[in-house]
Amino acid sequence: MQIPEVTLLLFALLTGIAFGIFLEKAGFGNARKLVQQFYFTDMRMFKVLFSAIVTAMVGIYWLSYLGWLDITQIYINGTYIWPQVIGGIVFGFGFVMCGLCPGTSCVAVFTGKLDALAVFAGIFTGLILFAEVEPHLAGFISYSSIGDISLYEVFNMEYGMLTFLIILVALAAFWFAGRVEERYSRKTS
Amino acid sequence: MKIKQAYPYWNPYIVGVGIGLLIILSFVVTGRGLGAIGAFNGVMASLVHAIAPEYALSKAAFSGYLSGVDHPLRDWVVIEIAGVCVGGLISGVVSGRFKFEVIKGPGISKVTRLLFAFSGGLLMAFAAKFTRGCTSGLALSGGSVLSPGAWLFMISVFIGGYSVAFLMRKLWN
Repeated sequence: MQIPEVTLLLFALLTGIAFGIFLEKAGFGNARKLVQQFYFTDMRMFKVLFSAIVTAMVGIYWLSYLGWLDITQIYINGTYIWPQVIGGIVFGFGFVMCGLCPGTSCVAVFTGKLDALAVFAGIFTGLILFAEVEPHLAGFISYSSIGDISLYEVFNMEYGMLTFLIILVALAAFWFAGRVEERYSRKTS
Repeated sequence: MKIKQAYPYWNPYIVGVGIGLLIILSFVVTGRGLGAIGAFNGVMASLVHAIAPEYALSKAAFSGYLSGVDHPLRDWVVIEIAGVCVGGLISGVVSGRFKFEVIKGPGISKVTRLLFAFSGGLLMAFAAKFTRGCTSGLALSGGSVLSPGAWLFMISVFIGGYSVAFLMRKLWN
């Protein structure tokens, strides 16, 4: 099925609007609110991230099980072990320093948060800086690639079984997040 | 005079399920999930191209976005993020949370906050080039389709974040 490009772009706009509303309603337009995740006082970043992943994961699993979505035809992010681990750690440093991620910084800027403008400036500067040094880093960037394989192939498991195990882990983690939050918010209040 | 109170935030699990359904819809319609940093790449490439075309085309980080037949802004993730901005604005206004302000902890100056915000943004953009995605495009969307790299990235972000959180506590609390 070929969807006309204009329709796709309109869909992109509507999807983005819904995504933006969800992020704002979650409180993620506010850096101080979002960053509380790292002080255990408000774990909503983890709750939103994980419940979104579990929902999408289960939905995509069922759609592919029923044959309505061909999992081999969708985009699966390629895995580059070390660049993604080291990059992830540095990204985490940046996240706590600015309190926002690239997506939520857009919501913050458009709800008037001036600190998020500085995040924008930082992102753009980072991209220029990267463009300058990229030739020296090319080796590391494509190092330890294992291709576009899936996690259930890595663990040599059934797709459904891994999905089920992740749901169990997520439920335990949600319970745990609630307990942690209760304990730390009592401490501070 | 009545002080206008902001509406409360939504339950995080409701938001999570909502975003999850959005990701499913996106995969079904377009074969890909949501994204964010890709839009910054596209905007930056076209910005640099507008100011210094030769420079932009000489850098691999930009030229990739400029080689297509379409304008780099005529792109799925750029339009999607434009939507995020619109959605955030609508929700912020409707919820009584639109306000020009600098969000920071009580113990630091605005200048300190802005310097850290700038540096944090810089680090994230740089890191996202190595990881090939950010919290939206890699953690959320890649995590949903069980990309091993997405899960490694997610765990690493939490490790990185928690390891500097104590050092950065004055910024926020």
